[in-house]
Amino acid sequence: MKWLYDFSYLTHAIHKGLSERFEPGTVVILEMVMVGVAFMLLFAVLGLVLVYAERKVSAVIQQRLGPMRVGKWGTAQTLADVVKLLLKEPLINKDADRFLFNLAPFVIMIAAFMAIAALPFAKGLHAIDFDIGILYIAAVSSLGVIGILLAGWSSNNKYSLIGAMRSGAQIISYELSVALSLLTIVVLTGSLQLSVIVESQADGWWIFKGHIPAMIAFLIFLIASTAETNRGPFDLAEAESELTAGFHTEYSGLKFAFFFLAEFANMFIVAGIGATVFLGGWMPFHIGTWEGFNAVMDFIPPIVWFFGKVGFMIFLMMWFRWTFPRLRIDQLLTLEWKYLLPINLMNIVLMAFLSLMGWHF
Amino acid sequence: MEETVYKELESEEYFINMGPQHPSTHGVLRLVLSLDGEIIRKVEPHIGYIHRSIEKMCEHDSYQQIVHLTDRMDYLSCHINNEAVCLGVEMGLQLEVPERVKVIRTIIGELTRLSSHQLWWGVMGMDLGAITTFLYGFRDRELITDIFEETCGARLTMNYNIPGGLMFDIHPNFQKRTKDFITYFKKKLPEYDDLLSNNVIFRERTLGIGNLSKEDAISFGVTGPTGRASGFSCDVRKHHPYSAYNKVEFKEILRTEGDCYARYQCRIDEMWESLSIIEQLIDNIPEGPYKAPTKAVIKLPKGEFYQKVETARGEFGVYIISEGQKSPYRLKFRSPGFSNLSALNHMAQGCKIADLVAIMSTLDLVIPDIDR
Amino acid sequence: MDNEALKEFILQRVPEAELAQGTQYLQVVVPAEKAYTLLSELKSNPQTSFDYLFCVTGVDWPQHMEVVYHLKSTTFNHMVVVKGKISSREKPEIETVCKLWRTAEFHEREIFDLYGIVFKNHPDLRRLLLTDDWVGYPMRKDYDDPVNMIAY
Repeated sequence: MKWLYDFSYLTHAIHKGLSERFEPGTVVILEMVMVGVAFMLLFAVLGLVLVYAERKVSAVIQQRLGPMRVGKWGTAQTLADVVKLLLKEPLINKDADRFLFNLAPFVIMIAAFMAIAALPFAKGLHAIDFDIGILYIAAVSSLGVIGILLAGWSSNNKYSLIGAMRSGAQIISYELSVALSLLTIVVLTGSLQLSVIVESQADGWWIFKGHIPAMIAFLIFLIASTAETNRGPFDLAEAESELTAGFHTEYSGLKFAFFFLAEFANMFIVAGIGATVFLGGWMPFHIGTWEGFNAVMDFIPPIVWFFGKVGFMIFLMMWFRWTFPRLRIDQLLTLEWKYLLPINLMNIVLMAFLSLMGWHF
Repeated sequence: MEETVYKELESEEYFINMGPQHPSTHGVLRLVLSLDGEIIRKVEPHIGYIHRSIEKMCEHDSYQQIVHLTDRMDYLSCHINNEAVCLGVEMGLQLEVPERVKVIRTIIGELTRLSSHQLWWGVMGMDLGAITTFLYGFRDRELITDIFEETCGARLTMNYNIPGGLMFDIHPNFQKRTKDFITYFKKKLPEYDDLLSNNVIFRERTLGIGNLSKEDAISFGVTGPTGRASGFSCDVRKHHPYSAYNKVEFKEILRTEGDCYARYQCRIDEMWESLSIIEQLIDNIPEGPYKAPTKAVIKLPKGEFYQKVETARGEFGVYIISEGQKSPYRLKFRSPGFSNLSALNHMAQGCKIADLVAIMSTLDLVIPDIDR
Repeated sequence: MDNEALKEFILQRVPEAELAQGTQYLQVVVPAEKAYTLLSELKSNPQTSFDYLFCVTGVDWPQHMEVVYHLKSTTFNHMVVVKGKISSREKPEIETVCKLWRTAEFHEREIFDLYGIVFKNHPDLRRLLLTDDWVGYPMRKDYDDPVNMIAY
């Protein structure tokens, strides 16, 4: 069970085993395939679990039961939905730009895949540990907007176009806040590398160690990342009561499923970044000198910690979505440019000052 | 040079068909929007997708049959619609209905108004993106429909009224269940405020949106909570009391802002008033027959009768022109939604698409009511 | 103003007006040509100030057509019913009251749609409920629709 606490034992074992049998070049290709398959599986499972979770969370909030028929407690409901989506006829609008129309869902999915590769899931379970990890994720996760714009443009539907344009304005604006709020923590860590950031939280999470500015940064990150993933109350790109379904109005079947999956994958990614940067990633929760307590916390495997924190973040985002009404596009942009961005910039200065004076823990 | 640059950057108006199938038109209503970006320049409602020509059908139906057709107009305040026709016919016959009937009609009318406002509240939240409100609204509405089901056998289109009285007497449980509902709902109504009224985003979305001045409200004939939010005192229950409304104490909710939030708050306050009206009457239902004897074939005397009532949406009028036959020569329904819709273009100009949705939901349109 | 004073007021302006007896509201029948004059006087005169038009109805009588205006004053709370009598059933025409009450725009479109009464100077007189290519005016008593016939 040693590998459960440090996945490098497992990954090294696999690497060693492969190296004994194959050429070094083949080993690299094989490992890439393995990682790819693992992420695809992860996405599939994430989609199933998160859709089910969203339904149950919304059901609890709305005082109802949610899916109960397919499987025990409706657990197989999302599987049934997947089958339904797969069997649906893929309809394409007559006047749509077919090439871009088909390309758009893949652009979104690719952006999600690229971003998830840099997330540290547990100790040693990290596909690529870039030394500019945060920058990379911030850059790649905003590629998804291209897919949304393509989808809206190529559908040849005015609702889709409005949705896509809204989404473009929204994601590009909120990208700033996400990056700046992460920068606030980078001021403390001194590194953009995600593994270093996680390691630096061994004695306490940044949200506690950086106290006030870190809390502010966390709040801003929570708001901005919800907006960046186009989820309620910032789901203006879809806004079913205004734009029917926004940019994916014309999509059906598998391509619609891709958009749907990408939404949940993006939610997972931003929750993962938030958990990694603010909540210590896979680091267990430690309190100063309480040896016994810390030992118990250490007993829980890092991967459980990571998914637990991500689950908490995702629950927060679901809670927002099912409680708040939707903002209007001008209010959304006002919120970003007039409030979040200035607060964020001030916050970075405050954090830099704090870091200079050594007033953090 | 400068001029050409300006021309190239000039934006162009474009059209969008909102509806006939659209989630926030609440039915088959088609709005042709002229848009400049997201800003609305003109809204042109196209109605008639579910026009059934009820008025023409009425010219061939007996008065008892006409009552059933009115359910199918504003199905959310069906009881009040029924009541309007019955009152009109009773006025023509100069028939005095028993006190018991008047009180029961009023109680059920107010329950209908409550259930309609509950549904509106849920849908309003949903239109603005807070889907949870929809379920909360329906949760409470269910209790009212249960009461209706027990008393009249139907949950939505109740057909409880007939000319001369009621179809049958109230269920023995009616009073108890209604009182239980009132105690329950008095606890739940503040929840509505917690969830929506005091929400920052909700207030931002509704305050100062879709303004309608008092003069315009009168000129457009906008009635009901929508008109009263603009300061237009148009409550038929106050101005032309019918049934038992002259026996109860209640306030006419008036606000002066005339924006979406005022219309919202008007309906919320109206729910409190409805609760208080029911409370005053529920213990004082007089004993007596539940209908006055009428002939099997009702023939109104030659003449014209106009009866107006206050539905959940506003002033509903029934204009009967009788030639002394068993069916009216001409019957006109003045439906509140029809007039309220005509003000939409005026209210929505210069707003964003998202505001239009908010305005639409505060107008509280029921499309069959408009199309008839 | 009570009904007697209103009668006086109306008869002063439009002497040919016929006043009905024993009706629910005060009822005035005037020729279509005079209807607009009377209505605009009723609306704008501060003594009457009928600012709320709550119902506009078209009626098809065997010999003539009628447009019925139900008026109320929100300041004085008095009511009056004005009927514009259009003598021609073949080519019915009456002046629009859109300028006086904006609600009339929709109501008049509906009447045009169902009765074929042309409202002169109406800003946007098109069919409202029925499709633009509909033939005939269904609410007229002589309208015959063999396809969607209502059987009795």
